[in-house]
Amino acid sequence: MTRLQAEDLELSYGDRSVVKGLTVAVPDGAVTAVVGANACGKSTLLRGLARLLRPQAGHVLLDGRAIDGMRTRDVAQVLGLLPQSPTAPEGLTVADLVGRGRSPHQRWFAQWSESDEDAVTQALSRTGTAELASRPVDELSGGQRQRVWIAMTLAQGTDLLLLDEPTTYLDLAHQVEVLDLVADLNARDGRTVVMVLHDLNQACRYADHLIAMRDGRVHAEGPPEDVITEDVVREVFGLEARVVPDPVTGTPLVLPLSTRRRRPSPPASAPSQPA
Amino acid sequence: MTAAAPPRPVRRRARPDGRSLVLRRGAASVVVRPRSVVVGAALAVLLVGTCVVSLAVGDFPVPPARVLRSLLGAGERRDDFVVLDLRLPRVVCGVLVGAAFGLSGALVQAAARNPLASPDVLGVTSGATAAAVAAIVLGAPGGLALPGAALAGGTGAALVVLLLAARRGVVGVRLVLVGIGVSAALQAVVSYLLVEADVAQAQAATVWLTGSLNGRGWTQVVTVGAAVAVLLPVALLLARPVAVLQFGDDTARGLGVRVGATRGAVVLLAVALAALATAAAGPIAFVALAAPQIAARLARAPGLPLATSALVGAVLVTVADLLARRLLAPTDLPVGVVTAVLGAPFLLWLLARASRGEGRR
Repeated sequence: MTRLQAEDLELSYGDRSVVKGLTVAVPDGAVTAVVGANACGKSTLLRGLARLLRPQAGHVLLDGRAIDGMRTRDVAQVLGLLPQSPTAPEGLTVADLVGRGRSPHQRWFAQWSESDEDAVTQALSRTGTAELASRPVDELSGGQRQRVWIAMTLAQGTDLLLLDEPTTYLDLAHQVEVLDLVADLNARDGRTVVMVLHDLNQACRYADHLIAMRDGRVHAEGPPEDVITEDVVREVFGLEARVVPDPVTGTPLVLPLSTRRRRPSPPASAPSQPA
Repeated sequence: MTAAAPPRPVRRRARPDGRSLVLRRGAASVVVRPRSVVVGAALAVLLVGTCVVSLAVGDFPVPPARVLRSLLGAGERRDDFVVLDLRLPRVVCGVLVGAAFGLSGALVQAAARNPLASPDVLGVTSGATAAAVAAIVLGAPGGLALPGAALAGGTGAALVVLLLAARRGVVGVRLVLVGIGVSAALQAVVSYLLVEADVAQAQAATVWLTGSLNGRGWTQVVTVGAAVAVLLPVALLLARPVAVLQFGDDTARGLGVRVGATRGAVVLLAVALAALATAAAGPIAFVALAAPQIAARLARAPGLPLATSALVGAVLVTVADLLARRLLAPTDLPVGVVTAVLGAPFLLWLLARASRGEGRR
């Protein structure tokens, strides 16, 4: 049983078709990472799954129902979304921002229930942002800000979390911090996470399930060990690379072969991320 | 106390942001910002005070005590005539028009997510102006012809702007650009009409173009009053989704807000309010732009406070009209002159602050 899936999905911006005839099932209670080259349609797929885009053809099913026919509010009670580089109104405090996550559960006559309060308190403590509660969001560092946004989606209290490039613009330490948090949300609360990631090695480390996309289609899908091979990296990214076991986690580690070698000694060892 | 179920107490708690209180009773709960309540009360007192002063001063001064007696229906006949028949319609009209402009501005700025947006951007003002000037120049009969033309012109122009800007939902930046284009075209129409008109007509049109409350009667009060009475509650019901809209479309949708429908409703409300207010008093400059910004700074609440914006708008127009009446008395300036003189420096200050990258609220 899978709660979120796409069938023959076609998504486009205007006339430009970005996702074509795509069928995926998001495994419940697992972390799924969507990877692929720039403009392969991975963010578009996530937007389609989150009901931000209306499909040209096919459909997205949430709990067996076509998500397009559901009320926005009902979707928001089941599925939380963190868009790419979200923006908050100027001067907003962390507590206000995280509190907004409760909007789908609130009404004009029930503006702040005890469960709202509990969910926000919990979200703040889970993300380690409780002591920031009264600070304005614009004063936070990039890593803090991203944790606060994740706290907002957490406060929403949904079983499904869709994160669009949650590590963009963060330095390496903050990237790891955010991804550890995501892994923890999955491991401790059993939340289903789908995230778009740029870094293949991080995707391999943190995802149970990988979806590698190319030209708007699923090119390969499955556990990282099965998906990430030298052939797939070449086909998906057009990049020659060695794939070796990650010395820390044993997951696949992609080492791009560079044409330029900085040191005379072989073998190729450019530690950069795949472009 | 009887043996029946004890009444459930209203529980008060501070929210973690430290700036608001939660009042709870059973499943019902409301969030109250003490600061917003205080600011609202202060503005209301200021508004009532200005109104009383405005009713009192003039060529026939009536002391405030006698003004109040007239308002309560216990005044002398001479006072009643001056206060209730001559001055009250103008003052009430100013309050309503100001509230309508203030609320309309807050709605447009919230929908466009831009502090420099105002109903002018939607083409409401220029459409109403072009239609009204056309009516004056083409020699329309008095009475309701002028406000009718302004209302039709304002809504018509706004609809054109919205249709041109709408492509899979109304989007902020495109809306602003299309609005500026349509307004420029309509300004050209106004200029042409003024050149063609004879002197008397051109003068009448110019006074209208500035925005004036002079000679406004109960007819205008009823139309604008009905608009505010119906549309203000609707706007307040939309306040919560509108606040979420400030987080951007994707986040708002993720939080369960129907973005397109909400923004559409907000823009239609703003158009209706601005068009009716313009029809009643002409395009009173800067009120719709300034009121929401002043309200936001006073209330220090995230987002744009709708009710506070309406109150600030009402205070601005009432104070400006009092100044317009008395500054160069017996000459009765159009209220739009005063709001423009006060509003232009405010706009410059706003721009200067924005470009310095504010954040010290």
